Amino acid sequence: MKFHAFAAGVAATLTLFTTTSAFAVTQISWWHAMTGANAEVVDKISKDFNASQKDYEIVPVFKGTYPEALNAGIAAFRAKQAPDIIQVFDVGTGVMMAAEGAVKPVAEVLEGAGMKFDKSQYLPGIVGYYSKPDGTMLSFPYNSSSPILYYNKDIFKKAGLDENTPPKTWNEVWDMAKKIKTSGAAACGYTSTWLTWIHLENFAAWNNVPWATNQNGLAGGTPELEINAPIYVNHFQKLADLAKDGTFKYGGRTSEAKQLFLAGECGILTESSGGLGDIVKSGMNYGIGQLPYDSDAKGAPQNTTPGGASLWVFGGKSDEQYKGIAAFFAYLSQTDVQEYLHQKSGYLPVTLAAYEATKKSGFYEKNPGRETPILQMMGKEPTENSKGVRLPNLPQVRDIQNEEFENMLAGKETAQQALDNAVKRGNAAIKEATGG
Amino acid sequence: MTPRVVFPNKILPYLLVAPQLAITLIFFYWPAGQALYQSMLKEDPFGLKSKFVGLDNFAKVLSEPAYVNSIKVTIVFSVATAAVAMGVALLLAVMAEKVVRGKGFYRTLMIWPYAVAPAIAGMLFLFMFNPSIGSVAILLRRLGIAWDPVLDGTDAMILLVVAAAWKQISYNFLFFVAGLQAIPKSLIEAAAIDGARETKRFWTIVFPLLAPTTFFLLVINTTYAFFDTFGIVHAVTGGGPGKATETLVYKVYNDGFVNLLLGSSAAQSVILMVIVIALTAIQFRYVERKVHYG
Repeated sequence: MKFHAFAAGVAATLTLFTTTSAFAVTQISWWHAMTGANAEVVDKISKDFNASQKDYEIVPVFKGTYPEALNAGIAAFRAKQAPDIIQVFDVGTGVMMAAEGAVKPVAEVLEGAGMKFDKSQYLPGIVGYYSKPDGTMLSFPYNSSSPILYYNKDIFKKAGLDENTPPKTWNEVWDMAKKIKTSGAAACGYTSTWLTWIHLENFAAWNNVPWATNQNGLAGGTPELEINAPIYVNHFQKLADLAKDGTFKYGGRTSEAKQLFLAGECGILTESSGGLGDIVKSGMNYGIGQLPYDSDAKGAPQNTTPGGASLWVFGGKSDEQYKGIAAFFAYLSQTDVQEYLHQKSGYLPVTLAAYEATKKSGFYEKNPGRETPILQMMGKEPTENSKGVRLPNLPQVRDIQNEEFENMLAGKETAQQALDNAVKRGNAAIKEATGG
Repeated sequence: MTPRVVFPNKILPYLLVAPQLAITLIFFYWPAGQALYQSMLKEDPFGLKSKFVGLDNFAKVLSEPAYVNSIKVTIVFSVATAAVAMGVALLLAVMAEKVVRGKGFYRTLMIWPYAVAPAIAGMLFLFMFNPSIGSVAILLRRLGIAWDPVLDGTDAMILLVVAAAWKQISYNFLFFVAGLQAIPKSLIEAAAIDGARETKRFWTIVFPLLAPTTFFLLVINTTYAFFDTFGIVHAVTGGGPGKATETLVYKVYNDGFVNLLLGSSAAQSVILMVIVIALTAIQFRYVERKVHYG
């Protein structure tokens, strides 16, 4: 008797509970990989969105590093427990694109909610990268960055270089790096994070040379790498030569080299614009320049390509959820939200309006260098070589390239051998992945 | 003749074993079966298209030069780690025996590093040996040694072995101390009376009598170096430079989670499973039975 009453009570409460939550708010899960200041931005944006309306609730969940978040998403999808929105880094874009049926293009999500996606409002370089060849936008650009050059003004002064003139071309970088080294101003002249992203993918775009066939893989099919062309070989042979006496110093495959620059060991650094925060925090006397280009390349500099991450929507969710996601993306596109995201996190604004507003506010005068990555990306209409690169297995191909670079910098291979091997091994891996 | 112990109830014994069986089934047989199944599929990361390919993945893995390289790396790493970890531990244990005052305190200190997680140990060594900011690296450079684990494969391997062995020394030390205590003092004293010097006594009496402990530790250390060092490799070198420190376990992770080659990764883990089974069988059949001098 007692038990029955209790059970009935529980059932009633449960029904009440589930119905109220279903009618009141639709929860939308958002898996992300942001840490530190960038995680605070995620939380604040979610909180503000939730407060701005009553129908939907964004629930951000931190899922580890970029690769960890992607893997968590994949595992969840396989277990039929996929989140609604997942943040995937640039390298994983090809992986997500190949997963047709698992994801729902952002363009469809917005249209389904009766909204129109107006491309002209967004930075073309960024939108192009996250779209299909036919122009359908697949994911929502959340945080974008681009590689730029940083230099230590104190070291420049000590080496007898003009502290207000950063190098423009790679030849100037080599010369200045040598001067820094020989003058004893610093132990090493130049270092760089992310060799694959900066010295291959962006090198190709910035100098307007192909990285792979099939429009650098954007057109699909089974692309073949073209990174052993003479312009790359010359570039990397220079790096290898400078590495011999320590004028160029290798830090590691990802952003380790930033430490070499922060410690004052190297005078010049090429790094993501997203790395600015740490450099500002260190309190060093730094300057910013555009990413250097190859003076032998015709029409360089062209434009750089975006790194960072975008938001993907999983398929198989309810209409109500898709409406909520669309509302959230519309909110994210608002000028003040974009302005906040750009100024606080150091990532690029994705809408032109947010860029103009930031410009008008005098932010760039107070924070010189923050505009550099935007100018680099917007300078010219992207060509077939400069829209970015895409492979279903880009992480694996980058791994191969890094291994060959390490062999080259250790003096085991010449630049020609290393790049030939990278092409051969990379192409075999691509063929395996596309089944072509 | 000993009487057989029989449970009066027919179901009770099964009930008693059931939890253990359930745990084994859920945490071992199920994932192992999944790995075996996955290793015969060719699949995209999301599992949208999958194709049964039989033993194709195994054939591909075994003919891959990178896999052969990874086997070599694992052997070099495991042998070096086991040798360093056991050698140093034995030396310390023998020396600890000689300490007269504060023996307990000294031994306790020796055991502490075992409580450190592999990834933390890796980070510690990474900092100490970091070519630009590490204290030990600066010291090495002052001594004129070109220390560069970021680009030099041998340096990277040395760094890994030192970090992995350091963590295991405490464990080995504990067993060696116990082994040493089990050796009858009278034997050593008799040898001393016969005029055998310390080195002679060690090699002719102590070392052979420690053989069961040594063999046991050899198996444990090899297993440790093979399977428990993922955290250290991940934190210190990430398999680089080139593929100089990519061990078998690290390759399973890298191919599966970074390169998203699930079939190949599963095939590799099945091969590793076979190796573990073989190592365990060797331990049970030969080591535990045959090494007995007592």
